[in-house]
Amino acid sequence: MSQIPPEGTTTAKEGSAPLSRRHLLGGLGAAAALAVSGMGMFTATQSSGEAPLASAAGTGKAGTKRQWAMVIDLKKCEGCVTNGKAPQCVEACNAEHFVPPGQQWIQVFEVEDGGGHKTFFPRICMQCENAPCTKVCPVGATYHNDEGIVLINQDKCIGCRMCMAACPYGVRRFNWDKPPNPPGAALASYSPEYPVPHRQGTVEKCMLCAHRAKDGKLPACASGCPMFAFYFGDLTEDLATNGKEVVQLSRLISENNGYRMKEELGTRPRVWYLPGHGQEYGRGIDDIRAPQTPRSWQEQGTTLDSVHQMDAKASAGGEAKK
Amino acid sequence: MVAMRQPARSTAHLPLEVPAEWREGLESNVLAPLARTSWRYFAWIGFLAVVIAWAVVMYVHQLQTGLVVTGMRDRISWGLYIISFVFFIGISHAGTLLSAILRVVKARWQLPVTRMAEFITVVALMVGGLFPLIDLGRPDRILNMIWYGRWQSPLVWDFLAITTYLTGSAIYLYLPLIPDFALCRDRLGPTAPAWKRGFFNLAAAGWTGSAVQRRALDRAMTIMMIVIIPVAVSVHTVVSWIFAMTLREPFNSTVFGAYFVAGAIFSGVAAIIILMAVLRRVLHLEEYITINQFKALGFFLLAMSLVMVYFNASEYIVTGYKMEAGAPFHFHDLLVGYLGPYFWFYLVGGLVVPALIITFPRTRTIKGIVFAAVLVLIAMWIERYLIVVGGFRVPLMPYTARHYGPSLTEWSMLAGAFALFALIISVFAKIFPMVSVWEVVEHRGPEPGEEVLEFPSFGSTDAQAPEVAS
Repeated sequence: MSQIPPEGTTTAKEGSAPLSRRHLLGGLGAAAALAVSGMGMFTATQSSGEAPLASAAGTGKAGTKRQWAMVIDLKKCEGCVTNGKAPQCVEACNAEHFVPPGQQWIQVFEVEDGGGHKTFFPRICMQCENAPCTKVCPVGATYHNDEGIVLINQDKCIGCRMCMAACPYGVRRFNWDKPPNPPGAALASYSPEYPVPHRQGTVEKCMLCAHRAKDGKLPACASGCPMFAFYFGDLTEDLATNGKEVVQLSRLISENNGYRMKEELGTRPRVWYLPGHGQEYGRGIDDIRAPQTPRSWQEQGTTLDSVHQMDAKASAGGEAKK
Repeated sequence: MVAMRQPARSTAHLPLEVPAEWREGLESNVLAPLARTSWRYFAWIGFLAVVIAWAVVMYVHQLQTGLVVTGMRDRISWGLYIISFVFFIGISHAGTLLSAILRVVKARWQLPVTRMAEFITVVALMVGGLFPLIDLGRPDRILNMIWYGRWQSPLVWDFLAITTYLTGSAIYLYLPLIPDFALCRDRLGPTAPAWKRGFFNLAAAGWTGSAVQRRALDRAMTIMMIVIIPVAVSVHTVVSWIFAMTLREPFNSTVFGAYFVAGAIFSGVAAIIILMAVLRRVLHLEEYITINQFKALGFFLLAMSLVMVYFNASEYIVTGYKMEAGAPFHFHDLLVGYLGPYFWFYLVGGLVVPALIITFPRTRTIKGIVFAAVLVLIAMWIERYLIVVGGFRVPLMPYTARHYGPSLTEWSMLAGAFALFALIISVFAKIFPMVSVWEVVEHRGPEPGEEVLEFPSFGSTDAQAPEVAS
């Protein structure tokens, strides 16, 4: 428990959580105006009831439902090193979901590319179609919703962590202790699509902001990204938007050599990556700047890696924590 | 089993008429602990109770605080609890091996220790089955396994397999106990307190030793001994599948099921050797449990260690040759890295040294064999540690690999589990005869002091219908 500072010491840090509370209070939903232009399309079709195009073959369940997908353009992702801020996708996600300290539902990894240089790699839940996690759940607490998003019902989860063993992307996180819930969280009505307030002893993860899609908004990470690197789209309609432009999803992937992570495992993720190293915003391949401290609604640590170290220390000294 | 109904009179090497005083001595020796209790026993029970109480306190603390009191974290999300679960379910295979497989092949040297082996099975399952519950983040929702259980989940397979195995082995433990309960009823009944007399009466189920009853018991035992073997094999196979069904590199193995079953039998034999040695001393059974049993089980241990060497070779050579992504990290961990000392202890101390101890006649003494068994048991716990922690350590993404160290809470729970195991065995030793008296009488092994066989004679056709009924 020691790593969790008392509430009140937390939020004052520079402009860290502009998105969160407002969303909770409902309606205001004034996410970046940028998002609106792109998302208008979704709002319109959703409110008219049925999705018009359901014919796209091989894109999940036939019928009227959206099949959400994400494309992350690494040419646009420079780890927020050029704007000197913490990765804004992580920030937006933490703020949106009150992600408990020690967890990151979207995580920006620094990976080596083929030539040994560093690129940034934001990893959300892959929303696999052949999801290893949903298969192994003994109680059906984690499942696909009709729109292809992998959700967790924290009211059903027994905390066996079989899904954490099964996930090959290390996405899933566990509430090892009582997760702090800010005052605003009490107003939220819990649903697997918006799992707030958080529950002790259950598994959590990114759920592609299923609740925001309903409102016709981009996921928090996508609308938080100042570089428009995240394209959120619908496989049935074959459209995607990053909040600035609307593109054809399949063309976007094909024309940019899109790939899916660990494709060889056969999990069929719904998240594609377009290779790059932030060049669209001028990040050179030799740029060695690391992302800034992630700051969320609660202070976490000093660098990306220190979150890991905190984790490691905590497990090394299990006794010391009591 | 037909032979059992019609006594094969030609088997002259078997003393059909057991000397009356020998039998008398056996009965009173075996039943002695049921009749008398010393202060040492209560002290021992008290000690175990304290350890268990401590574990309960720690568990309540864990319930209140959450699993944060363990050493587990998101990257290594299973730890000592799951390791111990696999370990205890593993040693439960002792009973099946000894009492079922050897009964099927009509061996008889093991008869004095079958009862203990069957107890190990039942008690290890009861204790091992607690660990997944302790490991749950939300034990209050355990009934969800029943309300919402999905047959697609390996954990549900585990749940079903273990409850089936526990039920089956409890029945299989009880069946050969019936004639012994009748013996207790007849010999201890008159002097025992009323509750004990009532219990023996009930448990003996009206056993008189009539031909009809014997036939029924024989048939029931035959069915159970055959049914229980595939159940036991399936149990440890599905235990391995909670790992093998994931996409993690070190678990990505088709040999895991067989590997786990072999490991289970290996550790089960070690457990029975240790328990046999302890109960032999404590219950003064030296006359019936001799170097014979130790040697025979020692040879089993030797054979199983060779099987384990084979499985390790096929597991590690195959993955080590291909060196798929993740394998280099894992091998570095095992051979020279973080888990190196444990891995080498497991290979050398757990497989090679015990095999050598048993191979050389010089060290093939009771002490030597028990020492080998202790080494094996420790090594097999460590083997599960290597599998679980080693498997989870391999990074799935470019993050730094984490360390795992069990916390005080976790160690307390393990200590509590061993104490509970010992407590249940100790209490049972006061209620049940720890040696299957009637079977030993019917198939009396070599005379005490008789020339010991170098290898146990399996498959001899000596199954006998007893002349000496109760």
